[in-house]
Amino acid sequence: MTAPAAPTDRRRGPHRRRIPVALLVPALLGLAFLVLPLLGLLLRAPWSTMPERLTEPGVLAALWLSLRTATAATVLSLVLGIPLAWLLARVDFRGRSLVRALVTVPLVLPPVVGGVALLLVFGRSGPVGSRLDEAFGITLPFSTAGVVMAMTFVAMPFLVVSVEGALRGADVRFEEAAATLGAGRWTVFTRVTLPLIAPGIAAGTVLCWARALGEFGATITFAGNFPGRTRTMPLAVYLALETDLEAAIVLSLILLAVSVIVLASLRDRWTAAP
Amino acid sequence: MSAASEGLDSHLVVDRGAFRLDLELRAAAGETVALLGPNGAGKTTALRALAGLEALSEGHIALDGRDLDRPGSRRWTAPEHRGIGVVFQDYLLFPHLNALDNVAFGPRRRGLGRSAARARAAAQLDRVGLGELAKRRTRQLSGGQAQRVALARALALDPGLLLLDEPLAALDARTRLDTRAELHRHLSDHPGAAVLVTHDPVDALMLADRLIVVEEGRAVQEGDAESITARPRTDYVARLVGLNLYRGRAEGHRLRLDSGGELAVADPLDGEAFAAFRPSAVALHPRRPEGSPRNAWPATVTGVHRHGDNLRVQLDGRLHAVADVTPAAAAQLGLGPGQRVWAAVKAAEIRAYPA
Repeated sequence: MTAPAAPTDRRRGPHRRRIPVALLVPALLGLAFLVLPLLGLLLRAPWSTMPERLTEPGVLAALWLSLRTATAATVLSLVLGIPLAWLLARVDFRGRSLVRALVTVPLVLPPVVGGVALLLVFGRSGPVGSRLDEAFGITLPFSTAGVVMAMTFVAMPFLVVSVEGALRGADVRFEEAAATLGAGRWTVFTRVTLPLIAPGIAAGTVLCWARALGEFGATITFAGNFPGRTRTMPLAVYLALETDLEAAIVLSLILLAVSVIVLASLRDRWTAAP
Repeated sequence: MSAASEGLDSHLVVDRGAFRLDLELRAAAGETVALLGPNGAGKTTALRALAGLEALSEGHIALDGRDLDRPGSRRWTAPEHRGIGVVFQDYLLFPHLNALDNVAFGPRRRGLGRSAARARAAAQLDRVGLGELAKRRTRQLSGGQAQRVALARALALDPGLLLLDEPLAALDARTRLDTRAELHRHLSDHPGAAVLVTHDPVDALMLADRLIVVEEGRAVQEGDAESITARPRTDYVARLVGLNLYRGRAEGHRLRLDSGGELAVADPLDGEAFAAFRPSAVALHPRRPEGSPRNAWPATVTGVHRHGDNLRVQLDGRLHAVADVTPAAAAQLGLGPGQRVWAAVKAAEIRAYPA
């Protein structure tokens, strides 16, 4: 800022040019459209009764269930999704692009459709569900396990896509270097590959967890809406909307707070990603 | 120790359709062999095949009498079981580990406990003079330090064969000088065989006991530094060592060049032969020189640029040649592109040898 020389001024010139109105107006409208509803949520919140509202047993039960199931779904996604991402990124097999497309289907599929599909397969009369019921007496639909399944179905693709991208970006020559130092395939994976793609895994995990936490359509279709068992936060919000608007606002605020925290942590992770 | 003294015995054939590497490569224990060649000559492919990162199409690799790769009899040893140390071109130090744990990585994989592996790594780091930097993240190391950590990591398992892929290419000129001298010391101390890949003739000449010049996947010349610099056999080698090189048919004191024209040489010779002379042996004259030089030809200057204290002059004409002249001589001749001069070389300055 102190006494800039002439060349500096010239270099900064292009950045200072006026922004075209045709771009500025829609940009500001778009921003307002995204921010205003959230602002409304904050303005309409019953701040005076908030402490009592937050500690209502229904709210706490839904929050606790949501946190547990979303975390379980994320762990399940990590256990299954990282190997799947590795397969897609590192193994050249026939039909790989088809498999990749299949993996990403849940990203664009309406969650309700996912719920219906889960019900058809894992439902009591479904091909897998009926056998589970007969052999082990396990019933997945309308149970907490069903919630986790529904969440995993919609959220795992986020993790797979994120981790696959990280694997493709990671330099395989590090793995070759590890091999020349005596590391077998599995050791290379755990000691070199995983640490190298840790930022990508972290970003994928956060995305996956956030998506699982907000899951509504597949959950209500496959797991139903039973308090304490399958009624997660989004379901509680929807239910409260019909009876008690203020309760719906409070529940929504909690989810909003969680989203903001997730976003903040994600920003750091992403800037650290390779 | 008798088996260990056998070192490396290999015939590397890697067929990739458009490119074929076919190279016989042997290195005795304690010996350092340099593969010298232009980019794309197949040097790195040879190194990758030795390390087990690429499979041979034909041929064999045997180290200390043990077959590592022999497609003919379907024998193959995975890279992690070869016991070959590799220093990669940009070192490939693991970014998530510090210098010490990078070096301890190999010993750990060999079943050493964490503290034993670290003790061994610390000793190895001390040996390359980096004991104090053990806890440094690899990102915080300078180029020369990273190179030494990479060397320590490759040597931590006492490999029977050490491979170095352009070990000095990533360093700036100053660091390169020091690091080269130190690398030379470590290579001399290394009891196993070593293969060094480089496109820098200085690295090859200084570090290796024996050189193999590789072009287009094949060895075109082999020998120690002296024989290669004195008797280049391809244009590539001649350019590397800074000589003018011609090929032709010798009849006594005359050498009829393949490119047309002839040279008078001092040592009589018969049959296919090479002739080489230094750029500084070429004298430039404004007119046809009189007197002693028997080799004189008219030439056109196509380029002039600085070369050390002198000027290097590119000459076109019956013989393509480069000549080194002093700035004073150049000024006297008024040298510039397009100018016509007479070039002359004394027969005694020309080294002729059989092809």
